[in-house]
Amino acid sequence: MTKSMTDVICPFCGTLCDDLEISLSDDGKKILDVYNACAIGAEKFLHSQAKDRITRPRLQQADGTWKEISYDEAAEYAAQMLSKAKKPIMYGWSSTNCEAQSVGHEIAEMVGACVDNTAAVCHGTTLIAVQDIGLPSCTLGEIKNRADRVIFWGCNPAHAHPRHMSRYSWVPRGFFTGKGHKSRKLVVVDPRVTDTAKLADIHLQIEQGRDYELLNALRVALNEEWLPDTVAGIPKEKIREVAEVLKSGRFGIIFFGMGVTQTLSKNHNIDEAIALTKHLNEFTKYSIMPMRGHYNVTGSGEVLAWQFGFPYSVDLTRGFARYNPGDTSTIDLLSRGEADAVFVIASDPGAHFPISCVRQISKLPSVCIDPHMTPTAGVCKLHVPVAFVGVETGGNAYRMDNVPIDMRKVVDAPEGMLTDEEFLTKIRDRVKKLKGAA
Amino acid sequence: MGKITLNLISGRSIQQGVAMEGGKEKPLYTKACGIIEMDSSDLKKLGIWKNSNVRVTSSYGNVVVKAIETTQGPHPGVGFIPMGPWANSVVNPNTYSTGMPTFKGTPVEVEPAMNEPIFDSVELVQKKCRGEI
Repeated sequence: MTKSMTDVICPFCGTLCDDLEISLSDDGKKILDVYNACAIGAEKFLHSQAKDRITRPRLQQADGTWKEISYDEAAEYAAQMLSKAKKPIMYGWSSTNCEAQSVGHEIAEMVGACVDNTAAVCHGTTLIAVQDIGLPSCTLGEIKNRADRVIFWGCNPAHAHPRHMSRYSWVPRGFFTGKGHKSRKLVVVDPRVTDTAKLADIHLQIEQGRDYELLNALRVALNEEWLPDTVAGIPKEKIREVAEVLKSGRFGIIFFGMGVTQTLSKNHNIDEAIALTKHLNEFTKYSIMPMRGHYNVTGSGEVLAWQFGFPYSVDLTRGFARYNPGDTSTIDLLSRGEADAVFVIASDPGAHFPISCVRQISKLPSVCIDPHMTPTAGVCKLHVPVAFVGVETGGNAYRMDNVPIDMRKVVDAPEGMLTDEEFLTKIRDRVKKLKGAA
Repeated sequence: MGKITLNLISGRSIQQGVAMEGGKEKPLYTKACGIIEMDSSDLKKLGIWKNSNVRVTSSYGNVVVKAIETTQGPHPGVGFIPMGPWANSVVNPNTYSTGMPTFKGTPVEVEPAMNEPIFDSVELVQKKCRGEI
């Protein structure tokens, strides 16, 4: 009979589902199947078992071939690179645990690096807006039990957070929401008729990039003041109808995603979304929450914030922490050609940065720490595969509502492989020696 | 057959997520992300069959992807390339001092490119970095 492990935490998205069941082989060494997870989460667990997995660090040669080296040699290479650089970037951190992030920050402090996480291309602008005007938020449990008005603005959880709606925001029957989705009104704002929009009571098919205007128009409608005939492609009657729906709830929640953070108005969109939330609180109770992508991008922001005071784009090159997105942010450092080494961990800028920035990474001394073969690994000089966090090692991660959850180790990593934390500790100890601190 | 102009957005699709976790060097990732989802009316305007290769060009670069009929439409005038190196070959990298590139809302031109290849993710990024394409 196969063994089964319950209450496993899924290390994919910010929903951080904690109810997975995994069936294991008799000796407990192999994952056979994954239950309760979404398609993406299940694939993450199953892919860790791939036969063609890379298990040793490798240096990329001039002709594009790879030369296998040991973890010690890899740590030496990374330590030398970081110690020699004047302005290294240490980017990523979102798909690893808080323990590893903390060790990484020690290295960053010693070498004077610019530390940034994937919020840079995700919810970075949200963090700017939160610093502007605050964030009235709550936990996902409160939403499950109380929310009767749910707004998804510029996000598509049916694809990006597949179990979010069924676990917390739309389907579940909570204490005050006994009829599940029948006790909720779902409003979706998206320029496409997304699979989330297809479930909505009201879908506002907004003109792309006009979020600020529509958010503002909803506030005007709340005040029952004059509106033009259409705003962002939505007729004023519809806007007034939605304002009434929002007002009439007992507890509402606005979830927002990349549709507002990545369009031209960026942080101003979110300023306005938070202002709308504040405005709605004059009529009833409302909260707002960013739909965080990576399972521990929230944790990276938390750890950076308690260690250095800022949640992302932290520049330690002067020996103290500076924060100025647009100046100290990774995309801008790369675009201006200011960085002289790139250290990537637990993320894939090669696939998810604009190509001009990736080109810049490929010209610099670079290290990529990632269990997978990725486009980043393809352009970096050194690729260090590590154990999968949440599958082959535990550790702490923060859910999108800032609730910390301890992940569980399910199986052992392949023989001889290190975890992020172990490999970073090796680099840290070596950097200490190089910098004469030990 | 000619050229049409679209407003390009990018983002997650579940196929992109699954393929990404399955390995970005694998063909499934190219199948999930090396595409542009277009409204059927835009395909008609362009005068091509669905599932044919097209070249997408913006002020910031160009890339060859497969044009497919949208799965989450209608959205005439809007093109969608799932997040990944194909989308990032053409998106606007300007952050306007926020640290965030403008991933959504890039004006692009789409034209047929029947016989041009779609590269896999690692190859595409490596070739772009070496200036070969």
